[in-house]
Amino acid sequence: MFSGFMVHAWAVASIVAIVAGLVGFFVVLRGSAFVAHAVPNGSFAGAVAASLIGVNTLIGFGVFALFGALTIGALGHRGRHDVATALTLVLMLGLGALFVSLSVEYAPEVYALLFGEILGVSISQLIPTAGLAIVCVIAIALLYRPLMLSSLLPEVAEARGIAKARVDLAFLAVVALATTMTVPVVGTLLIFSLMIGAPAAARSFANEPLSALALSVVIALAIVWAAIALSYQTNYPVGFFVGTLSAACYAVGRVWAAWRRRANVGRGTIPRLAAASHEQAELH
Amino acid sequence: MSQPLAAIFAPGFFTSQIVQVAATVSAVAAVVCGTVGVFIVIRGQSFAGEALGDISTTGGSGAFLAGAGPLWGFGVAAVAASAVMELIGIQRPRGRDLATGIVLGAGLGLAALFLYLDSVYHNTTGATVSLVFGSMFAITSSSIPAVIAFSALAICLVAALGRPLLLSSVSPELAAARGIPVRLVGAAFLLALAIAVALAAFTIGTILSTALLVGPAATALRMTRSPARAIAAAAAIGIAACWLGIVLSYDSYDWYHQSGKSWPVSFFVVTLIFLGYLLSGLPQRLRRRRASVASDPAPAARLS
Repeated sequence: MFSGFMVHAWAVASIVAIVAGLVGFFVVLRGSAFVAHAVPNGSFAGAVAASLIGVNTLIGFGVFALFGALTIGALGHRGRHDVATALTLVLMLGLGALFVSLSVEYAPEVYALLFGEILGVSISQLIPTAGLAIVCVIAIALLYRPLMLSSLLPEVAEARGIAKARVDLAFLAVVALATTMTVPVVGTLLIFSLMIGAPAAARSFANEPLSALALSVVIALAIVWAAIALSYQTNYPVGFFVGTLSAACYAVGRVWAAWRRRANVGRGTIPRLAAASHEQAELH
Repeated sequence: MSQPLAAIFAPGFFTSQIVQVAATVSAVAAVVCGTVGVFIVIRGQSFAGEALGDISTTGGSGAFLAGAGPLWGFGVAAVAASAVMELIGIQRPRGRDLATGIVLGAGLGLAALFLYLDSVYHNTTGATVSLVFGSMFAITSSSIPAVIAFSALAICLVAALGRPLLLSSVSPELAAARGIPVRLVGAAFLLALAIAVALAAFTIGTILSTALLVGPAATALRMTRSPARAIAAAAAIGIAACWLGIVLSYDSYDWYHQSGKSWPVSFFVVTLIFLGYLLSGLPQRLRRRRASVASDPAPAARLS
């Protein structure tokens, strides 16, 4: 379980979990779950296209993820944001359908792209993944304050001269970047459940933004490690465990938050982060 | 047949039973999706539609595992998932997309398991592609009665909800003030949405179903403000996209003589719907530009 090719799987999965936990925290904070679903899902087409013309699938993922994020950003300015996201996503998936029918890739590869194949990770995937992860973490560190402000208190951010559109676009680019590196491991359909489940659970447990962020990474790591171990033991797909464990973590978080709210009503303490995000919801 | 017509419709197009079935099913699905879709766009529930579509992969692969028809699997999974979403709080704007996302993630996890088991027990690996991307040309005529029954159910549901649904979609506060049970209406609509999703998934594939569901409706709502007219326009756009897609896909068989394959119908349908949406935005933009030249642009442009 910890020897040979499995070492790569553990290493890549840990990197993926760290990035998913970090980026996902802001995805949940900003309420942009749909975008986090659409960008990786749509980049599926890029991977098939890349294998069609014979280049590294990572490049295909990157190009399509970026293309998707920019299209969503451009179309979302006008009209309804969710409609723009949905239509961009299906356009890319439609292209994916075309590429699948044109290519010589057969069903198992399509399945692996959609649902992930963590056990087949090689050393050649490990190095670019680590590199992209570092870029991602640096980008999040640089964007931390403006992202935080524009997510929680949009008015204050605007007053301080933070351009909302530019922060939005930068964030979309980070999501695209995170997608590029994580998708080949857990699949286009499942990275998103890791990006949502872990931070959503973390937010129920921690009030401080920074500790919630750290907890989000820890939970993501726990989910991925458990998923690999279970998948190795049972031979069932990793995606199944990632998806269901993420949902389970969220459920536990909800129960915990409900229980604590009941305990706090008497004392009158309101968690700071929850209060801030509530305020944000009312502003919209 | 005259020469130009023959260039558009390849020989055998109108006599092919496969094409007839595809045209019938897609038209019925497009009408249901147009009707339901207008409300989805007004209510801002595109993500719910997309999530239910993806989750119907779970149902489709489960049905394949059990040896049942995919349409039933799509329907059962979509209805079950919409019930869970309703329970964990899709009705509140806050945290709504989170609830949707969590259900979606769990559903896709199950889909991964079912597809894996399909490949183990049935020894076929084609289920993934055919479920996920669909093919109208693979629909058999025996499924038409079920399609029509599902459609009738969804349209009756929306018709029965009628005005209360419209009011609670446009302004939940006003609807609640008038004594409309907003949550109940929302739950009933979610059921109609689940049925529409199942039909769309059956027609153009599970992860592409959103195109038929949201695209024509969003395009129609850019052209007209009246809900009734928008529904009619959405249905018409959906049918046009599906039929044009069928024609193009049928013709594409001859584009590459060496491959002996045609391009997927779903690809054409999705692309046509997307192009329609882009084009429908043009008049609005032109009008705005003209208005901005004529008068002070800033307040009007920012407000709209």
